Amino acid sequence: MSASMMTLHSLAPAVPEIYLAAAICFVLLFEAFVGVKRQGATGTLTLLVLAIGAALTVAFANVSHRTVLFDGSYVADPLAFVLKLAGFLAVAVALLYSRAYLRNREILKGEYYVLALTALLGIFVLISANSLLTVYLGVELLALSAYAMVAFDRDSGIAAEAAMKYFVLGAIASGMLLFGMSIVYGLTGTLNLDRIAVALTLPGNLGVVLAVTFIVVAVAFKFGAVPFHMWLPDVYDGAPTSVTLFIGTAPKIAYFALALRLLAHGLAGVTLDWTRMLMPIAVLTLVVGNVVAIAQTNIKRMLAYSTIAHVGFILLGFVAGTENGYAAALYYVLVYVLVTLGTFGVVVLASRKGFEADQLADYKGLYRRDPLLALAMAMLMFSTAGVPPFVGFWAKLRIIQALWETSHLWLVIIAVVMSVVGAFYYLRVIKLMYFDEAPETLPPTERSFGVRFALGVNAAAVLVLGVLPAPLLDLCTHVIH
Amino acid sequence: MHEYLLSLLIWLPIAAGVVVLLLGERNIVAGRWLSLIATLVTLALCVPLWRDFNTHTAAYQFVQKAAWIPRLHAYYALGVDGISMPLIVLTALMTVPVVIAAWDVIKVRPAQYYASFLIMEGLMIGVFSATDALLFYFFWEAMLIPMFLIIGIWGGPRRVYATIKFFLYTFLGSVFMLAALIYMYLKCGSYSISAFQALPLTLTEQRWIFAAFLIAFAVKIPMWPVHTWLPDAHVEAPTGGSVILAAIMLKMGGYGFLRFALPIVPDACRQLYFLIVVLSLIAVVYIGFVALVQQDMKKLIAYSSIAHMGFVTLGIFLVYAILTSTGTTHGAGMGMDGAMVQMVSHGLVSGALFLCVGVLYDRMHTRQISDYGGVVNTMPVFAGFMVLFALANTGLPGTSGFVGEFLVILASFKANFWYTALAALTLILAACYTLWLVKRVVFGPVGNDRVAKLTDLNGREFLILGTLAAVVLLVGIWPAPLLKVMGPSIQHLVHQATATKIPA
Repeated sequence: MSASMMTLHSLAPAVPEIYLAAAICFVLLFEAFVGVKRQGATGTLTLLVLAIGAALTVAFANVSHRTVLFDGSYVADPLAFVLKLAGFLAVAVALLYSRAYLRNREILKGEYYVLALTALLGIFVLISANSLLTVYLGVELLALSAYAMVAFDRDSGIAAEAAMKYFVLGAIASGMLLFGMSIVYGLTGTLNLDRIAVALTLPGNLGVVLAVTFIVVAVAFKFGAVPFHMWLPDVYDGAPTSVTLFIGTAPKIAYFALALRLLAHGLAGVTLDWTRMLMPIAVLTLVVGNVVAIAQTNIKRMLAYSTIAHVGFILLGFVAGTENGYAAALYYVLVYVLVTLGTFGVVVLASRKGFEADQLADYKGLYRRDPLLALAMAMLMFSTAGVPPFVGFWAKLRIIQALWETSHLWLVIIAVVMSVVGAFYYLRVIKLMYFDEAPETLPPTERSFGVRFALGVNAAAVLVLGVLPAPLLDLCTHVIH
Repeated sequence: MHEYLLSLLIWLPIAAGVVVLLLGERNIVAGRWLSLIATLVTLALCVPLWRDFNTHTAAYQFVQKAAWIPRLHAYYALGVDGISMPLIVLTALMTVPVVIAAWDVIKVRPAQYYASFLIMEGLMIGVFSATDALLFYFFWEAMLIPMFLIIGIWGGPRRVYATIKFFLYTFLGSVFMLAALIYMYLKCGSYSISAFQALPLTLTEQRWIFAAFLIAFAVKIPMWPVHTWLPDAHVEAPTGGSVILAAIMLKMGGYGFLRFALPIVPDACRQLYFLIVVLSLIAVVYIGFVALVQQDMKKLIAYSSIAHMGFVTLGIFLVYAILTSTGTTHGAGMGMDGAMVQMVSHGLVSGALFLCVGVLYDRMHTRQISDYGGVVNTMPVFAGFMVLFALANTGLPGTSGFVGEFLVILASFKANFWYTALAALTLILAACYTLWLVKRVVFGPVGNDRVAKLTDLNGREFLILGTLAAVVLLVGIWPAPLLKVMGPSIQHLVHQATATKIPA
């Protein structure tokens, strides 16, 4: 009796996953019996589920030190706690922004929410993964949910095409990951990341290089880093915007965790090998993302390339290969998620029934039509461009600082020059909204108060965290060390 | 009170700007008055700043220090010395006419116009009062946003091109400075500018850092050959934007050299001073000729600004020329004094000239010189002011323009006769392009029917130009208080700029 109590108690750090798995079943049943009759009820329930989940996470999973569970497959640490809370928040905000969009396209179905929750479960599994199997489980759970979400609007040909691309390329990436993992297993005889970290300490060893190559390629695939980025603009563009909003935000947290757990932790002994491989990838990602974004006329594609550019910055944090570098990357990811929620939120809110606000030209004179939306978008754009007083500035500063600490002079120069190139296309959005006249034909934007209020808070957070960056910076450094 | 004075100067205009923004276009009357009151109160706050300023020390005064980002050792640290204090007063002074000049001229989104300038004012004062490099950079970059919007929303036909060019040029310049600042932070563990100034650096490091500073400040000043954004920005900007751009933002480049480049990388400056002197002389002479052929009044004044700012950089870097040729720093302070006075004077005079062009533009909606002629016949009072400011621009004794140029030329004589000869050319060139401008616009027979229908200054315009004229004359006739305020700080700076920082 007491032994089983002990076991239950020791499971407390895994409460987020256990709760979420149970909640998914409940939401599915709820949809089958209630949701089909009352459209939107499942959405409200899902938000409630997320709120309760966040509360439970704070109550049970707020560990002060690293705790390993399930025979070493699962880890709970302060980092996982922070990432999971961010995951709850990002998914909740993304779903909140999406509701009107889904209703207008008649895809406001309970399954959408179920898929979002399973994706979140995949994210959580990845965040807490401490063995190669758990990593793979998380990757697949997240990816399969995401493929289905991209194809959710089943009457849309372009969405089906995007989902197909996403699936095929994602499967290749998974294959790469598995192959790399199998070599690691062959070299070390263990799936446990802690033990792999101890066993793999021979940089330059051919087997190690082979394994690291496949794993780095898989991570780059998942992040959408150049030259494995081709799926990303097509998926962002083809998917319904609400899905783009979803897959553009919370999964990045998971992929950060993937890179951190696999590369920075599991392959810590051969850091030199993977940072060397990651460096050209990061530079290419930064350059291609920023330069190609300039040529886009579709805002979803532009933001997709902008995402690629940000991935370049995040990877630069890993290239530094130090705790400060990882902390900088963590900060960058969290800031990126916050800002991207807002930018795609604006795109979702500007889209109406029968009208996708997916062309840059659709934002002409947005200021006249909707000053609040334009102001929010302008703040978010300045933030992404890395201009103080917005939070994006500190994210770039931290990355540059981490690169300086490791004496990467040329990476610093490339990073700062590319942030200027990036500024150009963000400024162009502001130019369209504020300096150009609005065409008469554009429909009004979404007016529901709750969503607009949330977006306002989102944009305000970008400013407040920019003026007072200390708490979040401290948090990121604290949980990495 | 004194501890919070600088904070008040920064945040009062910003808070007022936010309130004006919230009041919106519907309550524009209230917003307008609030803007005026806020700028006047800010100016009034400069009175204790000037009065209680201790002119016997080079140390920072009105110091405030609070934790900001402990993890990065960055502080919300403010303070002024004799170099930054006059520039803060200048900022507060020049924002008032901008608000008044817009009174019933700006019809499109006026609330946002006032808000932009108020926020801008706070940020500019922040730049001058920050003693923490990260805080400095924070204000320095944030300032771009309101200016970007000012040019882009209220500018002329090619405003989009001009404002994006302006933003990207200055942004490109600044990011390298940021990289340099982070590098130095990692070396000394603090973002305090004083710590940077005390940090020993090898010559190689100093050269790299100097290059980063040069890109940042040369773009801002702007120096030849990275000046091309300025004429575009000036021509397209609304009157207020041009005034702030010319009067304050250009000064930040000079301020940056004085605060960062000279004391932080003195050995690199000493080694590369010749480069700056040459670029400055090119600006003075070549840009002077370019100004001569301009057809657009604003463009002419913009080029004149570049030439005058060439004088500023020349004055700043003369310290090394004097040191090289005479072996002592005796007289070097004079060049810097001249550069500082020139900055203040140019702020007043170019601002006033842009306001004059604004007065004409509001009536005729053209800036082409050829569209004018004989304005004196219909606008005699205006003509008087315009001639006064034009003469100040040429450096006529008795106006503020004279003091700065005279000091720089005097100092250059100590360094090298040819510097003097080339620098003195500006007196002729400035006279040529400015007086020729006045001749074509103001004097002669009435040019056309539209000029014949012009009405003279209204009370609002008279108030602005009259006040500025008085200040221009005051600084010209009695520059002693200004020089006294700057004295100890300049002496200290000369000392810092000529001491070596290379670790033994």
